Amino acid sequence: MNRFVLPLAAFALLLVVLLVGLKRAPEKNNLPSPLIGKSAPQFTLPNLFDNTQPLSSEALKGHWSLVNVWGTWCVECRAEHAALLQIKQQGQVPIIGIDWKDTDEDALAWLAQLGDPYARVGTDHDGRVAIDWGVYGAPESFLISPAGTVVYKHIGAMTPQVWERDFLPRISDTIGKPVTPGAPASAPAATGPGA
Amino acid sequence: MRLPGWVCGLALLCAGAMYTGLAGAIDASPPLSDPQLQQRYYELTHELRCMQCQSEALADSSVSLAADLRLQVRELLLAGQSDDQIRDHMVARYGEFILFRPRMTWRNAWLWAAPALLMGIGLLVGWRIVRGRARLSDSDESDANGESLDP
Repeated sequence: MNRFVLPLAAFALLLVVLLVGLKRAPEKNNLPSPLIGKSAPQFTLPNLFDNTQPLSSEALKGHWSLVNVWGTWCVECRAEHAALLQIKQQGQVPIIGIDWKDTDEDALAWLAQLGDPYARVGTDHDGRVAIDWGVYGAPESFLISPAGTVVYKHIGAMTPQVWERDFLPRISDTIGKPVTPGAPASAPAATGPGA
Repeated sequence: MRLPGWVCGLALLCAGAMYTGLAGAIDASPPLSDPQLQQRYYELTHELRCMQCQSEALADSSVSLAADLRLQVRELLLAGQSDDQIRDHMVARYGEFILFRPRMTWRNAWLWAAPALLMGIGLLVGWRIVRGRARLSDSDESDANGESLDP
């Protein structure tokens, strides 16, 4: 009997190592971004609504923002649109849209039809800015701190659950008070009661 | 109905010809004029991963993001960047995952050392077993001798 103990123990150890590896492996569709904790990539993009006023990364400074990369060709983007409108309604964090590899006509028609959740939209026609942001599958959403740091990234459709679970706590944790003074008080209490 | 063999053969041949045609058409950009740059472009686009399809290299992928990234590799080469600079450029945006050939760092050093380590353990265990057997058969012999002498 004794001579089986060591091989069995070794086998069990191997199983544990492999299981832990499997559990901890990043999901294929949710790879960690190297941008987390770094300052958001600089960019200047044409403004979808106003040709004379380009949208630059300066627009991200001084307040929390949600940068959402989308396109009218992207099925999941349609699925997340209602959630973005809801976030806009809560009024805590402005959403900056990056319209990725799209035509302005399609983008304008889409926003006219489904509603416009964005504070501003930049159009990334050739996809260069998206590459700087490490985007590989729309929709992708980035949480940017007032200092302009990338705090969190979500790949895939935004949902109210994702927003409340992964985004809102990070906002209140870092500054501990409501994001924008004068934001509607009716917003969910995720900003922290004691803050 | 059974098709004659030569028809099947011809169909296969056509399919093969079409397939190679497609394979050649994925990277539609003209080759770089400097053959050395073209060679480096070829190697880089084969060792960088298409983040969307994930098991394909940039060079083999038909998705538009891969085309954009190939264009970027080309531009960086023309701008005089080294292979390592271009790899760094991609890793800074997409993470280590974009490299098909992972880099050796302190974080993954144990992974590189593991095969040698496991091999060493295996050899040690094997050696001990063989030595044990040898000793066992020695004692067996003496035992057997002893027994055979006994009666």
